[in-house]
Amino acid sequence: MNNVLQIAWLIPILPLIGFVVNGLGRKQLSKGMSGIIGSGVVLASFIISVMVFMQVKSGHAEVLHYFDFINVGGLNIGFDLKFDALSALFLLIITGVGFLIHVYSTAYMHDEDSKDFAKYFAYLNLFVFSMLLLVLGSNFVIMFIGWEGVGLCSYLLIGYWYKNNNYTDAAKKAFIMNRIGDLGFLLAIFWLIARLGSVHYDTVFSAASLARLSATDITGITLLMFVGATGKSAQIPLYTWLPDAMAGPTPVSALIHAATMVTAGIYMIARSNALFSLAPITQTVIIVIGMATALLAATIAIKQNDIKKVLAYSTVSQLGFMFLALGTGNYVAAVFHVLTHAFFKALMFLGSGSVIHAMGGEQDIRKMGGLHKHMKITSITFFIGCLAIAGIPGFSGFFSKDEILAGAFGHGKILYGIALFTALLTAFYMFRLYIITFTGKFRGTHEQEHHLHESPAAMTIPLIILAILSVIGGYIGVPEVLGGHHELAAYLSTVVKSVEHHLDHNTEYMLMGLSTVLVLVSIFFAWFRFKNYQPENESKGLGRVLENKWYVDEIYQSVIVNPLRSLSVFLNNVIEKKGIDGLVNGAGKAVNYGSRQLRWLQSGQVGAYVLLMVIGILLLFIIQLFM
Amino acid sequence: MDIKAYIALAVTLFTIGIIGVLVRRNAIIIFMCVELMLNAVNLLLVAFSKMHAISPAANVLPNAASDAQVFVFFIMVVAAAEVSVGLAIIVMMYRNTHSVDVNFLNRLKN
Repeated sequence: MNNVLQIAWLIPILPLIGFVVNGLGRKQLSKGMSGIIGSGVVLASFIISVMVFMQVKSGHAEVLHYFDFINVGGLNIGFDLKFDALSALFLLIITGVGFLIHVYSTAYMHDEDSKDFAKYFAYLNLFVFSMLLLVLGSNFVIMFIGWEGVGLCSYLLIGYWYKNNNYTDAAKKAFIMNRIGDLGFLLAIFWLIARLGSVHYDTVFSAASLARLSATDITGITLLMFVGATGKSAQIPLYTWLPDAMAGPTPVSALIHAATMVTAGIYMIARSNALFSLAPITQTVIIVIGMATALLAATIAIKQNDIKKVLAYSTVSQLGFMFLALGTGNYVAAVFHVLTHAFFKALMFLGSGSVIHAMGGEQDIRKMGGLHKHMKITSITFFIGCLAIAGIPGFSGFFSKDEILAGAFGHGKILYGIALFTALLTAFYMFRLYIITFTGKFRGTHEQEHHLHESPAAMTIPLIILAILSVIGGYIGVPEVLGGHHELAAYLSTVVKSVEHHLDHNTEYMLMGLSTVLVLVSIFFAWFRFKNYQPENESKGLGRVLENKWYVDEIYQSVIVNPLRSLSVFLNNVIEKKGIDGLVNGAGKAVNYGSRQLRWLQSGQVGAYVLLMVIGILLLFIIQLFM
Repeated sequence: MDIKAYIALAVTLFTIGIIGVLVRRNAIIIFMCVELMLNAVNLLLVAFSKMHAISPAANVLPNAASDAQVFVFFIMVVAAAEVSVGLAIIVMMYRNTHSVDVNFLNRLKN
């Protein structure tokens, strides 16, 4: 029985090997070889992950110690990996969805040079390695290593086409915004070490440790952790990097910026649920931020015309939903939504990649339309993804979103109202996207129309698999009210203590019915509004504000970036050039000038030297005698 | 005789030595002035030695008188050695410059 866990260390190591091989051999390997290596190692990790999952399914958890990472004084941080229900679930998402995206990439990136192709797979494997380390680490320091690693890979992959200046700017923006959040997480770790002298999950979350923390400590630590989560998971105020991150190749957006990395913040909070449950202030903050992000991003998504930007804002919005669930203490629902979202959002990103591929790099949906008859598989799978994210009963998104909505209802009617409204917006903008892109008449050029084709099998098969998962993924968490057992909650019960929301069955039926009806209404509204879509010239009023993303980037630019730049210019011109340089150069000049003057004392006259000596001796005498 | 007279004589000799060193340019004269200063100090030491030997303060500093005498001999021996070295330097200097004027040594200046 223990055999699987003995080779479990291979799960993160295999992608690392893939990274090294692809990275070092990028000039020698052919495209086929790098693709096979890149995907193969992730597949192998996935197979081992499945075996690990079977092992820990029954609630069995194990911490494996490999070596001492930091051992200074009283602080002992081991390189430990933890295999339990939560990490095994994330393992499956990362390696499973990751494998599909690797396969998809072999076709999507086929136009690249073989050197760049291998580089791409090397980065992708490094990302998988870091992400696995993040979820497997058995203490916050190991998690932080993975946390930084995924940030780095995100930067590298967003800036993959580094010859385009805008793309590298987007990469830098993502990296810097992430760093701001990372600082919060790092401070939280330091705080934990200062108070408890340990960062191991088992120690930190034990009742004895929690009792040693004051309320201020817990609130401070959890708030700082949440700052880290807002950076990585793109929440207000640090969300603006995610839409820009769409500069990277589309499979990267699917893997990093939809399915895995951006859910790291949710993983962290779900993992630390013992801490967060004790911090009501933080929970309120999380609810407010999560809800605000969900609503804001959903409103922006309505007016975006770039197919990937719509999906990016949709991701931000869905992440806001997950944080809402975390804030209401409904950790299982958050993890559930991470799972289903990983399926349908990866599906839609890959679908959009397929569309972009067919359109020859065009991303503007105003120039698409009527693509359904040219690429049926992409269209149908994308439609399934839309149904899933909109929360149509029977699709995976319905179960997870409904659970979040029910949790919000238990927390207050207003919260429920906003959440429901956001869900309607979600259905609206997703179907706007679908209808504009896949139905109606083609609005692009003739060459593009001629070029339209269904993508190769390496791209469509992952789409089909993800579409199937988007449908059935929800059935692991069928709520009791619909006659299910909620296997996911039972499975996670050893790790995550979720609050029970006590709604009677009639209320739940009513909530489900209400959201379903309203979602259908908003889908039909989208259908009538966009079935004869013609690109409009200029939007006015609110539409224009939304099109410009509430001017948030501009506000950041003028409130933070520009003052900071002026301050830097001031510091450079005044403090640096006049102050510091003046001091340093002044010291040199003073010595130079002084020496020039003192030089005249060295006359070379022996008599003068003797005279000075006598004067000196006399002075010493005077000092000795009279002072 | 009063000790003050000896002190006055020693100080006078010493001052003459200093002024000689300062104002004269002839190396041999300067050298003699240095000797003059040394001997002024010797004179003072001997005078104080004598004073301590006959004064009641001998109880306080029992070795002061003999120490001073020994010191004087030391200075004389060292001075003798110094004279030999110093005169040798002056001879060498004369061979090089055909002069014993110390201002000729300014040539090291630049």
